[in-house]
Amino acid sequence: MVWQLDLAILTLVVITAVGSLMVKDLLGAAILFGAYSFMMCALWSIMGAVDVAFTEASVGAGVSTVLFVAAVLRTSRRTRD
Amino acid sequence: MGDLLQIIVAKYNYWIYITLMMIGLYAMIGKNNLVKKIVGMSIFQTAIILFYVSIGVKKGATIPILEHGHGEHGHSAAALIVHAVDYVNPLPHVLMLTAIVVGVATLGVALALAIKVHNRFNTLEEDEILAQIREK
Repeated sequence: MVWQLDLAILTLVVITAVGSLMVKDLLGAAILFGAYSFMMCALWSIMGAVDVAFTEASVGAGVSTVLFVAAVLRTSRRTRD
Repeated sequence: MGDLLQIIVAKYNYWIYITLMMIGLYAMIGKNNLVKKIVGMSIFQTAIILFYVSIGVKKGATIPILEHGHGEHGHSAAALIVHAVDYVNPLPHVLMLTAIVVGVATLGVALALAIKVHNRFNTLEEDEILAQIREK
């Protein structure tokens, strides 16, 4: 595990997590959460946990994003916070 | 002071995991929108999973798949010995696989409840829902 790569991806994970909570558009929050899940998947694959990484890539970045987008399209999209 | 800084820098990954956990906890408590609360719940879950997976990492080890698992490289006993030091610990991985699947199940239930709340109160903001409940 190269610590420069590890630190760079960890920084991206924190940035996407904060961004998905700060953005005012809920659809944008869902897409940023998908980016967060994919960064987490990259982090696990460089840690050597390949089984966890591809489960997260399919289930976390795939199914979760689909569920969020479906829920946001069925309810309201704008929010105040 | 120098010792404290050295401790913080040497264990930087644990501090970032704790930061992620606190971001998720703040979103669950402090955010007003229900979808934002659910996003915070998922961030909290993945931060804990990340902590558990990082426990199994070893220096100089490779992914936990046996190189000579079928013993095709000769039948001597020395070729069949598994050196556990060469592989990362797979036990946290299999535990956290279950946690990821359970996390998606709780996410689906939470979003279905949010849709039901929106059908009834026509909003996803927590203060507006509480105001409508108080009016009745």
